[in-house]
Amino acid sequence: MKQFQYVQPATQQAVLEVINKPGTKIIAGGTNLVDLMKRGVTAPDKLVDINHLPLKHITSTPKGLYIGALALNSVVSENKLVAEKQPLLAMALKSGASPQLRNMASVGGNMMQRTRCGYFYDTAMPCNKRVPGSGCGAYEGVNRMHAIFGASSQCIAVHPSDMCVALAALDAVVIIAGKKGEHRVPFTEFHRLPGDHPETDNNLPFGELIVGVEIPNNNLQKNSYYLKVRDRQSYAFALVSVAAALDIENGIIQNARLAMGGVAHKPWRLFDAEKLLIGKKASEESFQQAAQLAMQGAKAYGHNSFKLKLAPASITEALKHAAGLV
Amino acid sequence: MESKESLTMPVNEQEVKDSSRRIFLKQSSLLTAVAFTPGIAVKAADLHVDEEIAAVFEKMPLKMEVNGKPHNLSVEPRSTLLDILREQLDLTGTKKGCDHGQCGACTVHVDGRRINSCLTLGVMMNGKKITTIEGLAHGDQLHPMQEAFIKHDGFQCGYCTPGQIMSAVACIREGHAGSEHEIREYMSGNICRCGAYPNIVNAIQEVKNGGQAI
Repeated sequence: MKQFQYVQPATQQAVLEVINKPGTKIIAGGTNLVDLMKRGVTAPDKLVDINHLPLKHITSTPKGLYIGALALNSVVSENKLVAEKQPLLAMALKSGASPQLRNMASVGGNMMQRTRCGYFYDTAMPCNKRVPGSGCGAYEGVNRMHAIFGASSQCIAVHPSDMCVALAALDAVVIIAGKKGEHRVPFTEFHRLPGDHPETDNNLPFGELIVGVEIPNNNLQKNSYYLKVRDRQSYAFALVSVAAALDIENGIIQNARLAMGGVAHKPWRLFDAEKLLIGKKASEESFQQAAQLAMQGAKAYGHNSFKLKLAPASITEALKHAAGLV
Repeated sequence: MESKESLTMPVNEQEVKDSSRRIFLKQSSLLTAVAFTPGIAVKAADLHVDEEIAAVFEKMPLKMEVNGKPHNLSVEPRSTLLDILREQLDLTGTKKGCDHGQCGACTVHVDGRRINSCLTLGVMMNGKKITTIEGLAHGDQLHPMQEAFIKHDGFQCGYCTPGQIMSAVACIREGHAGSEHEIREYMSGNICRCGAYPNIVNAIQEVKNGGQAI
């Protein structure tokens, strides 16, 4: 690992003073960043430790549920308010990583984690995300884990988070602090598609800090499910995952939320499929129609062709679980 | 406070052998490094210039408590907790497996929570209380989880065992050992390539059902 300077500014304001310089990175749990530094994928000159900032609280607000950016993934997943108000989030978090990593990883860090594309990690390989302009090793290479939605010829990597898939489905809002104060970004607009700039994972302005997320109240507690399909039963990244939440009254769907993980450069929200479900009977037939609609525009790159079948089957399965039909 | 020397003082023949083996490994890896470095570096190593070069890099103070003993250390910001435990404190029970947070061999407890010490920077542990596998037993009396691993053959080669045991203790303390399924899910961060999983689960279930305070 390259040498770096380590600083721990006392306040949020002091953190904002130092993070707007090139070569500077924030460290929270470090579960992804330290790994990337060990492999030489990233080599910051300065690490800014923010763990002492008071951003760990989980509280009820008039609008919903507020979770501080430094709340640990394990703490959020076991929190009573989260279990009561947003069980989908707890379920998604529990399916991610390992107990040890969840004890280190923060909510903000989970959002900021990089792709696990093998070409991004292997510094001997081309990767437009790691070295812009060097090419995409995965496009015609080993791409079993890769995107089927929203990719570009520059990058077909996927965002690896489970937590983010649930937060995208739940209409969460990201609260970001900059020198001029705080602003809010819808979760679905936080991460971005690769386009011609796969080196940029998200729309967090340079020099600014995620301070928390807020999830608006909803009526989706009774019928929600996070399905994660992976190569082994636990402690593996998703091949495909689905966050499904429904509000069902007398067998009719009043409100639906759907998002997928493991299929795109960002959590992939399925707005059209949601619209199709509203007013329909909560049945396998409706779910299959939604799944079929959700697959419009999907494109595979060779090794990941199986996802074209796995993804709609997973959507249907997740919705059946959410609706209590399984 | 017990000195570092008394902690690592060999007490029997086997430990003497073990400790010589470690010294041999350290020396031989240094020789290997020397063999593959240019002449000037060899000369520098002869003159211990490498140690002086290392001292130029900024070191930071680190105060932490390990297994109940306070330590005042000076560490490079890039040193992981795992490397500090093993190389500076000679607590080699905590193992380096993958060194990338994928295998769990380096599992230790920080302020009561299990974490991967290989992905933890030492400088971030200031003021923390660390428990390693060496801190579980009371003198010659093994921790109930250590006893159970022996009784149930919870290992073959033993390399993953310290991490498995640290994780197993945390698994019960967290309340995640309610069923075989739950134990397997909450022990998934610890890989055992010998495949001792069924016996590890049996060991954890026995300790859980024994109901002792662990």
